[in-house]
Amino acid sequence: MSTTANLTCILCPMSCNLELVLDGNRVVQVSGNSCKLGPAYAEKEFINPTRVLTTTVKIEGARVSRLPVKTDGEIPKSILFDCMRELSEVKMKAPVKNGEIILKNVAGTGVNVVATRSLT
Amino acid sequence: MAAAVAAKRSGVKRVLILERDHDLGGILPQCIHDGFGTFVMKERLTGPEYAERYKAMTAESGVECLLNTTVLEIGHDRSILAVNPSQGLLEIKAQAVILAMGCRERTRFQILIPGTRPAGVFTAGAVQRLVNIEGFLPGHRAVILGSGDIGLIMARRLKLEGVEVVGVFEIMPQPNGLTRNVVQCLQDFQIPLFLEHTITMIHGKKRVEGVTVSRVDRERKPIPGSQRFVACDTVVLSVGLIPENELSEKAGIVIDQSTGGPMVDEQMETSVPGIFGCGNVINVYDLVDYVAYTGETAGKGAARFITGQLPGRNPVQVTTGPGVRLVVPQQITPLRVTETVNLYQRVEEAGSNVRIVVKNGDEVIASRRERAVKPPEMVTVKIPPEKLKSISEGQVIQVEVETKGGPV
Ligand SMILES: Cc1cc2nc3c(=O)[nH]c(=O)nc-3n(C[C@H](O)[C@H](O)[C@H](O)COP(=O)(O)OP(=O)(O)OC[C@H]3O[C@@H](n4cnc5c(N)ncnc54)[C@H](O)[C@@H]3O)c2cc1C
Ligand code: SF4
Repeated sequence: MSTTANLTCILCPMSCNLELVLDGNRVVQVSGNSCKLGPAYAEKEFINPTRVLTTTVKIEGARVSRLPVKTDGEIPKSILFDCMRELSEVKMKAPVKNGEIILKNVAGTGVNVVATRSLT
Repeated sequence: MAAAVAAKRSGVKRVLILERDHDLGGILPQCIHDGFGTFVMKERLTGPEYAERYKAMTAESGVECLLNTTVLEIGHDRSILAVNPSQGLLEIKAQAVILAMGCRERTRFQILIPGTRPAGVFTAGAVQRLVNIEGFLPGHRAVILGSGDIGLIMARRLKLEGVEVVGVFEIMPQPNGLTRNVVQCLQDFQIPLFLEHTITMIHGKKRVEGVTVSRVDRERKPIPGSQRFVACDTVVLSVGLIPENELSEKAGIVIDQSTGGPMVDEQMETSVPGIFGCGNVINVYDLVDYVAYTGETAGKGAARFITGQLPGRNPVQVTTGPGVRLVVPQQITPLRVTETVNLYQRVEEAGSNVRIVVKNGDEVIASRRERAVKPPEMVTVKIPPEKLKSISEGQVIQVEVETKGGPV
Protein backbone atom coordinates (compact mmCIF):
# COMPACT_ATOMS: atom_id res chain seq x y z
CA MET A 1 0.00 0.00 0.00
CA SER A 2 1.49 3.33 -0.91
CA THR A 3 0.62 6.56 0.85
CA THR A 4 1.57 10.17 0.22
CA ALA A 5 2.92 12.99 2.36
CA ASN A 6 3.84 16.66 1.91
CA LEU A 7 6.98 18.44 3.03
CA THR A 8 8.33 21.92 2.47
CA CYS A 9 11.97 21.91 1.39
CA ILE A 10 13.87 24.53 3.38
CA LEU A 11 17.24 24.26 1.70
CA CYS A 12 16.78 27.42 -0.34
CA PRO A 13 14.28 30.30 -0.61
CA MET A 14 12.31 28.51 -3.35
CA SER A 15 10.58 26.56 -0.53
CA CYS A 16 9.35 23.84 -2.90
CA ASN A 17 6.36 21.89 -1.76
CA LEU A 18 7.55 18.30 -2.04
CA GLU A 19 5.09 15.49 -2.57
CA LEU A 20 6.30 12.14 -1.35
CA VAL A 21 4.99 8.76 -2.33
CA LEU A 22 5.71 6.31 0.47
CA ASP A 23 5.74 2.57 0.70
CA GLY A 24 5.86 1.72 4.39
CA ASN A 25 9.10 3.26 5.61
CA ARG A 26 10.48 3.90 2.17
CA VAL A 27 10.24 7.02 0.04
CA VAL A 28 9.58 5.71 -3.46
CA GLN A 29 8.98 8.94 -5.32
CA VAL A 30 9.38 12.67 -4.79
CA SER A 31 7.84 15.36 -6.94
CA GLY A 32 7.41 19.12 -6.70
CA ASN A 33 11.15 19.78 -6.33
CA SER A 34 12.83 22.34 -8.56
CA CYS A 35 16.28 20.87 -8.14
CA LYS A 36 17.96 17.61 -7.23
CA LEU A 37 18.54 18.57 -3.60
CA GLY A 38 14.81 18.24 -2.89
CA PRO A 39 14.52 14.42 -3.01
CA ALA A 40 17.59 13.94 -0.78
CA TYR A 41 16.15 16.39 1.74
CA ALA A 42 12.78 14.61 1.66
CA GLU A 43 14.39 11.23 2.23
CA LYS A 44 16.40 12.50 5.22
CA GLU A 45 13.47 14.39 6.72
CA PHE A 46 11.14 11.47 6.32
CA ILE A 47 13.36 8.63 7.49
CA ASN A 48 15.46 10.24 10.20
CA PRO A 49 14.81 13.92 10.86
CA THR A 50 17.44 15.41 13.17
CA ARG A 51 17.86 18.80 14.83
CA VAL A 52 20.32 20.71 16.99
CA LEU A 53 18.60 21.40 20.32
CA THR A 54 19.26 24.81 21.87
CA THR A 55 17.91 25.58 25.32
CA THR A 56 19.04 26.85 28.73
CA VAL A 57 19.91 25.29 32.10
CA LYS A 58 19.92 26.74 35.62
CA ILE A 59 23.05 28.49 36.76
CA GLU A 60 23.96 29.85 40.17
CA GLY A 61 26.51 32.46 41.09
CA ALA A 62 26.30 34.36 37.80
CA ARG A 63 24.76 37.73 36.99
CA VAL A 64 21.96 35.92 35.09
CA SER A 65 19.91 32.84 36.05
CA ARG A 66 20.12 30.80 32.85
CA LEU A 67 23.06 29.39 30.93
CA PRO A 68 22.42 28.87 27.19
CA VAL A 69 23.41 25.41 25.89
CA LYS A 70 23.18 23.33 22.71
CA THR A 71 23.69 19.76 21.59
CA ASP A 72 27.06 19.64 19.85
CA GLY A 73 25.58 17.57 17.04
CA GLU A 74 22.19 16.77 15.61
CA ILE A 75 19.86 14.49 17.54
CA PRO A 76 16.68 12.71 16.41
CA LYS A 77 13.76 15.10 16.35
CA SER A 78 11.58 12.58 18.16
CA ILE A 79 13.56 12.79 21.41
CA LEU A 80 13.83 16.55 21.83
CA PHE A 81 11.46 16.46 24.80
CA ASP A 82 13.41 13.62 26.48
CA CYS A 83 16.52 15.80 26.29
CA MET A 84 14.60 18.74 27.72
CA ARG A 85 13.55 16.57 30.68
CA GLU A 86 17.14 15.49 31.37
CA LEU A 87 18.39 19.06 31.10
CA SER A 88 15.75 20.36 33.51
CA GLU A 89 17.62 18.42 36.25
CA VAL A 90 20.94 20.10 35.51
CA LYS A 91 22.18 22.85 37.82
CA MET A 92 25.44 24.61 37.02
CA LYS A 93 27.63 26.87 39.13
CA ALA A 94 29.52 29.84 37.71
CA PRO A 95 32.14 30.15 36.32
CA VAL A 96 31.34 28.25 33.14
CA LYS A 97 33.25 28.57 29.89
CA ASN A 98 31.74 28.72 26.43
CA GLY A 99 32.12 25.24 24.89
CA GLU A 100 32.37 23.41 28.24
CA ILE A 101 30.50 20.07 28.37
CA ILE A 102 27.37 20.39 30.50
CA LEU A 103 25.89 16.94 30.00
CA LYS A 104 27.48 13.90 28.32
CA ASN A 105 25.55 11.50 26.09
CA VAL A 106 22.18 13.23 26.43
CA ALA A 107 19.22 10.80 26.30
CA GLY A 108 21.59 8.04 25.22
CA THR A 109 22.29 9.70 21.87
CA GLY A 110 26.06 9.79 22.23
CA VAL A 111 25.83 13.55 21.71
CA ASN A 112 27.04 16.00 24.37
CA VAL A 113 25.39 19.20 25.52
CA VAL A 114 27.77 22.18 25.70
CA ALA A 115 27.59 25.73 27.07
CA THR A 116 27.25 28.49 24.45
CA ARG A 117 28.19 31.39 26.71
CA SER A 118 30.91 32.08 29.27
CA LEU A 119 29.47 33.21 32.59
CA THR A 120 31.45 34.31 35.62
CA MET B 1 31.67 45.51 18.33
CA ALA B 2 32.23 44.87 14.61
CA ALA B 3 32.42 48.63 14.03
CA ALA B 4 34.73 49.22 17.00
CA VAL B 5 37.11 46.46 15.95
CA ALA B 6 37.20 47.71 12.34
CA ALA B 7 37.88 51.30 13.45
CA LYS B 8 40.67 50.17 15.75
CA ARG B 9 42.23 47.95 13.09
CA SER B 10 42.10 50.87 10.66
CA GLY B 11 44.39 52.85 12.93
CA VAL B 12 42.11 54.87 15.24
CA LYS B 13 44.03 55.37 18.50
CA ARG B 14 41.20 55.16 20.99
CA VAL B 15 37.87 53.49 20.41
CA LEU B 16 35.28 53.43 23.17
CA ILE B 17 32.05 51.38 23.31
CA LEU B 18 29.30 52.81 25.52
CA GLU B 19 26.83 50.05 26.50
CA ARG B 20 23.74 50.40 28.66
CA ASP B 21 23.64 46.70 29.60
CA HIS B 22 26.03 44.91 31.99
CA ASP B 23 27.45 42.84 29.15
CA LEU B 24 28.36 43.33 25.47
CA GLY B 25 26.41 41.60 22.71
CA GLY B 26 23.10 43.44 22.58
CA ILE B 27 20.21 41.17 21.69
CA LEU B 28 22.47 38.20 20.86
CA PRO B 29 22.90 36.63 24.35
CA GLN B 30 19.14 36.10 24.56
CA CYS B 31 18.86 34.62 21.03
CA ILE B 32 19.95 31.17 22.15
CA HIS B 33 18.83 29.40 18.94
CA ASP B 34 21.32 28.57 16.21
CA GLY B 35 21.57 29.97 12.71
CA PHE B 36 23.82 32.96 13.27
CA GLY B 37 26.89 33.75 11.25
CA THR B 38 26.46 31.47 8.27
CA PHE B 39 28.26 34.04 6.05
CA VAL B 40 30.86 35.75 8.24
CA MET B 41 31.84 32.79 10.43
CA LYS B 42 30.90 30.06 7.93
CA GLU B 43 29.29 28.15 10.80
CA ARG B 44 25.85 27.96 12.30
CA LEU B 45 26.37 29.49 15.70
CA THR B 46 23.91 30.38 18.44
CA GLY B 47 23.45 34.07 19.31
CA PRO B 48 25.54 33.88 22.52
CA GLU B 49 28.37 32.08 20.68
CA TYR B 50 28.39 34.73 17.96
CA ALA B 51 28.61 37.44 20.64
CA GLU B 52 31.48 35.56 22.36
CA ARG B 53 33.49 35.56 19.12
CA TYR B 54 33.12 39.31 18.78
CA LYS B 55 33.83 39.89 22.47
CA ALA B 56 37.13 38.08 22.07
CA MET B 57 38.02 40.19 19.02
CA THR B 58 37.00 43.36 20.83
CA ALA B 59 39.19 42.59 23.83
CA GLU B 60 42.14 41.55 21.65
CA SER B 61 42.05 44.67 19.50
CA GLY B 62 42.32 47.00 22.49
CA VAL B 63 38.90 48.61 22.21
CA GLU B 64 37.80 50.20 25.51
CA CYS B 65 34.33 49.60 26.94
CA LEU B 66 32.13 51.30 29.49
CA LEU B 67 29.30 48.99 30.56
CA ASN B 68 26.15 49.99 32.48
CA THR B 69 26.50 53.29 30.68
CA THR B 70 23.51 54.91 28.99
CA VAL B 71 23.95 57.57 26.33
CA LEU B 72 21.48 60.40 26.94
CA GLU B 73 22.35 62.74 24.12
CA ILE B 74 24.49 63.02 21.03
CA GLY B 75 25.14 66.47 19.64
CA HIS B 76 25.56 67.66 16.07
CA ASP B 77 29.18 68.37 17.01
CA ARG B 78 29.73 64.71 18.07
CA SER B 79 29.66 65.49 21.77
CA ILE B 80 28.16 62.74 23.89
CA LEU B 81 26.37 62.93 27.19
CA ALA B 82 26.19 59.62 29.07
CA VAL B 83 25.56 58.40 32.58
CA ASN B 84 26.63 55.40 34.67
CA PRO B 85 26.34 54.48 38.35
CA SER B 86 30.05 54.70 39.17
CA GLN B 87 31.03 57.91 37.36
CA GLY B 88 27.73 59.79 37.18
CA LEU B 89 27.40 62.12 34.20
CA LEU B 90 30.06 61.79 31.52
CA GLU B 91 30.78 64.28 28.79
CA ILE B 92 32.77 62.93 25.90
CA LYS B 93 33.99 64.82 22.87
CA ALA B 94 34.44 62.33 20.05
CA GLN B 95 36.07 62.83 16.67
CA ALA B 96 33.55 60.42 15.18
CA VAL B 97 30.48 58.64 16.55
CA ILE B 98 29.04 55.30 15.39
CA LEU B 99 25.42 54.66 16.31
CA ALA B 100 24.63 50.99 17.11
CA MET B 101 21.58 51.16 19.37
CA GLY B 102 19.64 48.41 17.60
CA CYS B 103 15.87 48.40 17.30
CA ARG B 104 12.68 48.40 19.35
CA GLU B 105 9.70 46.12 19.19
CA ARG B 106 6.29 47.44 18.25
CA THR B 107 3.87 47.16 21.14
CA ARG B 108 0.17 46.57 21.52
CA PHE B 109 -0.49 50.31 21.55
CA GLN B 110 1.33 50.90 18.30
CA ILE B 111 -0.93 48.42 16.52
CA LEU B 112 -4.03 49.42 18.49
CA ILE B 113 -5.53 46.22 19.90
CA PRO B 114 -8.59 47.19 21.96
CA GLY B 115 -9.67 45.60 25.22
CA THR B 116 -8.71 45.67 28.88
CA ARG B 117 -5.14 46.12 30.09
CA PRO B 118 -4.45 42.97 32.05
CA ALA B 119 -1.02 41.51 32.86
CA GLY B 120 0.18 38.83 30.45
CA VAL B 121 0.67 40.82 27.24
CA PHE B 122 4.32 40.75 26.21
CA THR B 123 6.45 41.54 23.19
CA ALA B 124 8.28 38.48 21.84
CA GLY B 125 11.68 39.93 22.69
CA ALA B 126 10.60 40.54 26.29
CA VAL B 127 9.47 36.90 26.56
CA GLN B 128 12.77 35.81 25.07
CA ARG B 129 14.69 37.71 27.73
CA LEU B 130 12.42 36.43 30.50
CA VAL B 131 12.79 32.77 29.49
CA ASN B 132 16.39 32.66 28.26
CA ILE B 133 18.17 35.03 30.64
CA GLU B 134 16.04 35.47 33.73
CA GLY B 135 14.56 31.98 33.83
CA PHE B 136 10.83 32.65 34.14
CA LEU B 137 7.97 31.40 32.01
CA PRO B 138 5.42 34.07 31.10
CA GLY B 139 2.35 31.83 31.57
CA HIS B 140 0.77 28.44 30.82
CA ARG B 141 -1.23 28.93 27.65
CA ALA B 142 0.01 31.36 25.03
CA VAL B 143 -1.32 32.92 21.85
CA ILE B 144 1.18 34.50 19.48
CA LEU B 145 0.24 37.46 17.31
CA GLY B 146 2.41 37.91 14.26
CA SER B 147 4.58 35.41 12.43
CA GLY B 148 7.84 37.34 12.46
CA ASP B 149 10.95 35.29 13.19
CA ILE B 150 11.08 36.17 16.86
CA GLY B 151 7.43 35.09 17.28
CA LEU B 152 8.09 31.77 15.54
CA ILE B 153 11.23 31.14 17.54
CA MET B 154 9.45 31.94 20.80
CA ALA B 155 6.54 29.65 19.87
CA ARG B 156 9.00 26.75 19.74
CA ARG B 157 10.88 27.89 22.81
CA LEU B 158 7.72 28.11 24.93
CA LYS B 159 6.49 24.75 23.67
CA LEU B 160 9.82 23.09 24.55
CA GLU B 161 9.56 24.58 28.04
CA GLY B 162 6.12 23.03 28.52
CA VAL B 163 3.89 26.03 27.77
CA GLU B 164 0.82 25.23 25.68
CA VAL B 165 1.03 27.29 22.49
CA VAL B 166 -2.47 27.63 21.07
CA GLY B 167 -1.40 29.08 17.75
CA VAL B 168 0.26 31.83 15.79
CA PHE B 169 -2.10 34.38 14.23
CA GLU B 170 -0.90 36.35 11.20
CA ILE B 171 -2.90 39.09 9.52
CA MET B 172 -1.21 38.68 6.12
CA PRO B 173 -1.86 35.78 3.71
CA GLN B 174 1.75 34.59 4.05
CA PRO B 175 4.02 34.15 7.05
CA ASN B 176 6.32 37.04 7.85
CA GLY B 177 9.25 34.93 9.03
CA LEU B 178 11.70 32.68 7.21
CA THR B 179 10.28 29.43 5.80
CA ARG B 180 12.91 27.53 7.73
CA ASN B 181 11.43 28.91 10.95
CA VAL B 182 7.85 28.12 9.90
CA VAL B 183 8.89 24.50 9.31
CA GLN B 184 11.25 23.98 12.24
CA CYS B 185 9.44 26.06 14.86
CA LEU B 186 5.78 25.44 14.05
CA GLN B 187 5.38 22.30 11.91
CA ASP B 188 7.95 20.34 13.95
CA PHE B 189 5.88 21.00 17.07
CA GLN B 190 2.38 20.86 15.56
CA ILE B 191 1.74 24.51 16.42
CA PRO B 192 -1.04 25.81 14.16
CA LEU B 193 -0.49 28.91 12.00
CA PHE B 194 -3.66 30.91 11.25
CA LEU B 195 -3.05 33.17 8.25
CA GLU B 196 -5.33 36.16 7.54
CA HIS B 197 -6.29 36.26 11.21
CA THR B 198 -5.86 38.90 13.86
CA ILE B 199 -6.66 39.58 17.50
CA THR B 200 -9.56 42.02 17.77
CA MET B 201 -9.89 42.11 21.54
CA ILE B 202 -7.93 41.21 24.67
CA HIS B 203 -10.00 40.04 27.65
CA GLY B 204 -9.24 39.77 31.36
CA LYS B 205 -9.26 41.85 34.52
CA LYS B 206 -5.98 41.33 36.36
CA ARG B 207 -4.54 38.67 34.09
CA VAL B 208 -5.29 37.86 30.44
CA GLU B 209 -8.20 35.39 30.24
CA GLY B 210 -8.41 35.13 26.50
CA VAL B 211 -8.53 36.91 23.17
CA THR B 212 -11.07 37.32 20.41
CA VAL B 213 -9.61 36.40 17.04
CA SER B 214 -11.16 37.16 13.66
CA ARG B 215 -10.46 36.31 10.06
CA VAL B 216 -9.62 39.33 7.94
CA ASP B 217 -10.56 40.25 4.38
CA ARG B 218 -8.27 41.50 1.61
CA GLU B 219 -8.17 44.94 3.14
CA ARG B 220 -7.03 43.36 6.43
CA LYS B 221 -10.35 44.29 8.07
CA PRO B 222 -11.96 41.78 10.45
CA ILE B 223 -14.76 39.82 8.80
CA PRO B 224 -17.97 40.18 10.85
CA GLY B 225 -19.23 36.86 12.17
CA SER B 226 -15.80 35.21 11.99
CA GLN B 227 -14.88 36.08 15.59
CA ARG B 228 -14.12 33.38 18.10
CA PHE B 229 -12.90 33.38 21.65
CA VAL B 230 -9.56 31.72 22.42
CA ALA B 231 -8.73 31.11 26.08
CA CYS B 232 -5.15 31.93 27.09
CA ASP B 233 -3.25 33.62 29.91
CA THR B 234 -0.44 35.02 27.75
CA VAL B 235 -0.35 37.05 24.55
CA VAL B 236 2.98 37.33 22.76
CA LEU B 237 3.32 40.10 20.18
CA SER B 238 5.69 39.68 17.25
CA VAL B 239 4.43 42.55 15.18
CA GLY B 240 7.54 44.20 13.90
CA LEU B 241 10.70 46.03 14.77
CA ILE B 242 11.61 49.68 14.29
CA PRO B 243 15.03 51.33 14.54
CA GLU B 244 15.72 52.95 17.90
CA ASN B 245 15.58 56.58 16.76
CA GLU B 246 15.43 58.70 19.88
CA LEU B 247 19.09 59.75 19.97
CA SER B 248 19.37 60.00 16.19
CA GLU B 249 16.39 62.34 15.94
CA LYS B 250 17.65 64.52 18.80
CA ALA B 251 20.98 64.84 16.99
CA GLY B 252 19.10 66.21 13.97
CA ILE B 253 19.87 63.23 11.74
CA VAL B 254 17.65 62.81 8.65
CA ILE B 255 15.42 59.71 8.91
CA ASP B 256 14.42 57.68 5.83
CA GLN B 257 10.69 56.93 5.83
CA SER B 258 11.02 53.53 4.16
CA THR B 259 13.63 52.03 6.49
CA GLY B 260 12.48 54.01 9.54
CA GLY B 261 16.11 54.70 10.44
CA PRO B 262 18.73 57.33 9.58
CA MET B 263 19.54 57.77 5.93
CA VAL B 264 23.15 56.70 5.27
CA ASP B 265 25.70 56.68 2.49
CA GLU B 266 28.15 54.03 1.32
CA GLN B 267 30.40 54.66 4.36
CA MET B 268 27.34 54.27 6.63
CA GLU B 269 27.69 57.97 7.41
CA THR B 270 24.42 59.69 8.37
CA SER B 271 23.33 63.13 7.23
CA VAL B 272 25.41 64.64 10.05
CA PRO B 273 29.13 64.57 9.13
CA GLY B 274 31.16 62.33 11.42
CA ILE B 275 28.15 60.47 12.80
CA PHE B 276 27.99 56.96 11.35
CA GLY B 277 25.59 54.12 12.06
CA CYS B 278 25.37 50.36 11.69
CA GLY B 279 23.06 47.44 12.30
CA ASN B 280 19.42 47.61 13.27
CA VAL B 281 19.50 51.25 14.31
CA ILE B 282 19.81 52.06 10.59
CA ASN B 283 17.50 49.41 9.16
CA VAL B 284 16.12 46.19 10.59
CA TYR B 285 18.31 43.48 9.05
CA ASP B 286 17.23 39.84 9.11
CA LEU B 287 20.74 38.41 9.41
CA VAL B 288 23.36 39.24 11.98
CA ASP B 289 26.02 38.96 9.27
CA TYR B 290 24.59 41.99 7.50
CA VAL B 291 24.67 43.83 10.82
CA ALA B 292 28.35 42.92 11.22
CA TYR B 293 29.19 43.95 7.62
CA THR B 294 27.56 47.35 8.06
CA GLY B 295 29.51 47.70 11.31
CA GLU B 296 32.76 47.04 9.50
CA THR B 297 31.92 49.60 6.84
CA ALA B 298 31.02 52.20 9.48
CA GLY B 299 34.20 51.49 11.46
CA LYS B 300 36.42 51.91 8.41
CA GLY B 301 34.52 55.01 7.31
CA ALA B 302 34.86 56.59 10.75
CA ALA B 303 38.60 55.86 10.72
CA ARG B 304 39.00 57.58 7.34
CA PHE B 305 36.93 60.52 8.60
CA ILE B 306 39.14 60.96 11.67
CA THR B 307 42.39 60.74 9.74
CA GLY B 308 41.16 63.17 7.09
CA GLN B 309 41.20 60.55 4.33
CA LEU B 310 37.52 60.77 3.54
CA PRO B 311 36.81 63.15 0.65
CA GLY B 312 33.82 65.49 1.00
CA ARG B 313 30.38 64.30 0.07
CA ASN B 314 28.97 64.81 -3.38
CA PRO B 315 26.30 62.18 -3.36
CA VAL B 316 24.32 60.39 -6.00
CA GLN B 317 20.91 59.27 -4.70
CA VAL B 318 20.02 55.58 -4.67
CA THR B 319 16.29 55.19 -5.28
CA THR B 320 13.84 52.33 -5.12
CA GLY B 321 12.37 51.37 -8.48
CA PRO B 322 9.57 48.93 -9.34
CA GLY B 323 9.27 46.02 -6.92
CA VAL B 324 11.70 47.37 -4.31
CA ARG B 325 10.48 48.48 -0.90
CA LEU B 326 13.66 49.87 0.59
CA VAL B 327 17.36 50.16 -0.07
CA VAL B 328 20.43 50.89 2.08
CA PRO B 329 22.58 52.94 1.56
CA GLN B 330 20.39 55.67 0.15
CA GLN B 331 23.34 57.74 -1.14
CA ILE B 332 26.72 57.04 -2.73
CA THR B 333 29.56 59.49 -3.25
CA PRO B 334 31.55 57.79 -6.05
CA LEU B 335 34.73 59.71 -5.18
CA ARG B 336 34.87 58.13 -1.71
CA VAL B 337 34.39 54.54 -2.85
CA THR B 338 37.43 52.29 -2.47
CA GLU B 339 35.74 48.94 -1.98
CA THR B 340 32.76 47.01 -3.30
CA VAL B 341 29.52 48.65 -2.20
CA ASN B 342 26.86 46.29 -0.87
CA LEU B 343 23.33 47.43 -1.60
CA TYR B 344 20.78 45.84 0.72
CA GLN B 345 17.17 45.76 -0.38
CA ARG B 346 13.84 44.35 0.48
CA VAL B 347 11.41 43.46 -2.29
CA GLU B 348 7.75 44.51 -2.27
CA GLU B 349 6.40 41.05 -2.92
CA ALA B 350 7.42 37.44 -3.41
CA GLY B 351 8.56 36.38 -6.86
CA SER B 352 10.53 33.64 -8.56
CA ASN B 353 13.18 33.74 -11.29
CA VAL B 354 13.86 37.42 -10.89
CA ARG B 355 16.83 39.67 -11.51
CA ILE B 356 17.57 42.53 -9.17
CA VAL B 357 19.19 45.23 -11.27
CA VAL B 358 21.01 48.37 -10.27
CA LYS B 359 20.91 51.00 -13.00
CA ASN B 360 22.48 54.34 -13.70
CA GLY B 361 20.08 55.69 -16.32
CA ASP B 362 19.82 52.85 -18.84
CA GLU B 363 23.14 51.29 -17.95
CA VAL B 364 23.01 48.25 -15.67
CA ILE B 365 25.93 48.63 -13.24
CA ALA B 366 25.23 45.55 -11.13
CA SER B 367 22.70 42.77 -10.96
CA ARG B 368 21.89 39.57 -9.23
CA ARG B 369 19.69 36.68 -10.23
CA GLU B 370 17.54 35.02 -7.61
CA ARG B 371 15.43 31.91 -8.04
CA ALA B 372 13.09 33.23 -5.39
CA VAL B 373 12.71 36.45 -3.46
CA LYS B 374 10.46 37.19 -0.48
CA PRO B 375 9.91 40.38 1.48
CA PRO B 376 11.28 38.95 4.78
CA GLU B 377 14.61 37.96 3.19
CA MET B 378 16.89 40.82 2.19
CA VAL B 379 18.79 40.64 -1.07
CA THR B 380 22.24 42.14 -1.48
CA VAL B 381 23.76 43.29 -4.73
CA LYS B 382 27.45 44.09 -4.93
CA ILE B 383 28.51 47.09 -6.99
CA PRO B 384 32.15 46.94 -8.07
CA PRO B 385 33.97 50.24 -7.37
CA GLU B 386 35.00 50.78 -10.99
CA LYS B 387 31.33 50.86 -12.06
CA LEU B 388 30.79 53.86 -9.82
CA LYS B 389 33.72 55.97 -11.02
CA SER B 390 31.99 57.28 -14.13
CA ILE B 391 28.82 58.38 -12.35
CA SER B 392 28.62 62.09 -11.90
CA GLU B 393 26.73 64.53 -9.73
CA GLY B 394 23.01 64.79 -10.22
CA GLN B 395 22.64 61.31 -11.65
CA VAL B 396 20.49 58.70 -9.94
CA ILE B 397 21.08 55.04 -9.20
CA GLN B 398 17.91 53.00 -9.26
CA VAL B 399 17.31 49.49 -7.98
CA GLU B 400 14.51 47.45 -9.46
CA VAL B 401 13.16 43.93 -9.69
CA GLU B 402 12.93 42.43 -13.18
CA THR B 403 10.86 39.35 -13.77
CA LYS B 404 11.32 37.22 -16.89
CA GLY B 405 8.91 39.31 -18.93
CA GLY B 406 10.65 42.58 -18.06
CA PRO B 407 10.21 44.96 -15.13
CA VAL B 408 7.19 44.29 -12.91
C1 LIG C 1 14.78 37.57 18.34
C2 LIG C 1 15.75 37.74 17.22
C3 LIG C 1 16.16 36.62 16.51
C4 LIG C 1 17.12 36.73 15.53
N1 LIG C 1 17.53 35.59 14.86
C5 LIG C 1 18.55 35.66 13.96
C6 LIG C 1 19.09 34.47 13.34
O1 LIG C 1 18.62 33.35 13.57
N2 LIG C 1 20.13 34.60 12.49
C7 LIG C 1 20.67 35.80 12.22
O2 LIG C 1 21.64 35.88 11.46
N3 LIG C 1 20.17 36.95 12.77
C8 LIG C 1 19.12 36.91 13.62
N4 LIG C 1 18.62 38.06 14.20
C9 LIG C 1 19.15 39.36 13.75
C10 LIG C 1 20.42 39.84 14.45
O3 LIG C 1 20.88 38.98 15.41
C11 LIG C 1 20.18 41.11 15.16
O4 LIG C 1 19.47 41.90 14.28
C12 LIG C 1 21.52 41.78 15.55
O5 LIG C 1 22.15 41.06 16.57
C13 LIG C 1 21.28 43.21 15.96
O6 LIG C 1 22.47 43.85 16.31
P1 LIG C 1 22.55 45.39 16.64
O7 LIG C 1 23.91 45.60 17.16
O8 LIG C 1 22.10 46.21 15.51
O9 LIG C 1 21.46 45.69 17.78
P2 LIG C 1 21.30 45.13 19.28
O10 LIG C 1 21.79 43.77 19.40
O11 LIG C 1 19.89 45.41 19.65
O12 LIG C 1 22.26 46.05 20.14
C14 LIG C 1 21.97 47.37 20.52
C15 LIG C 1 22.72 47.70 21.78
O13 LIG C 1 22.68 49.08 22.02
C16 LIG C 1 22.47 49.29 23.40
N5 LIG C 1 21.86 50.61 23.56
C17 LIG C 1 20.69 51.07 23.00
N6 LIG C 1 20.46 52.35 23.36
C18 LIG C 1 21.51 52.72 24.14
C19 LIG C 1 21.86 53.94 24.82
N7 LIG C 1 21.09 55.01 24.75
N8 LIG C 1 23.01 53.96 25.53
C20 LIG C 1 23.82 52.86 25.60
N9 LIG C 1 23.55 51.71 24.98
C21 LIG C 1 22.40 51.63 24.26
C22 LIG C 1 21.58 48.15 23.83
O14 LIG C 1 21.69 47.92 25.21
C23 LIG C 1 22.15 47.01 23.01
O15 LIG C 1 23.17 46.33 23.68
C24 LIG C 1 17.65 37.99 15.20
C25 LIG C 1 17.20 39.13 15.89
C26 LIG C 1 16.25 39.02 16.88
C27 LIG C 1 15.80 40.28 17.61
S1 SF4 D 1 13.97 21.43 -3.97
FE1 SF4 D 1 15.78 22.56 -4.60
S2 SF4 D 1 14.91 24.46 -5.38
FE2 SF4 D 1 13.30 23.53 -4.20
S3 SF4 D 1 13.52 24.43 -2.12
FE3 SF4 D 1 14.70 22.52 -2.15
S4 SF4 D 1 16.77 23.15 -2.65
FE4 SF4 D 1 15.42 24.85 -3.23
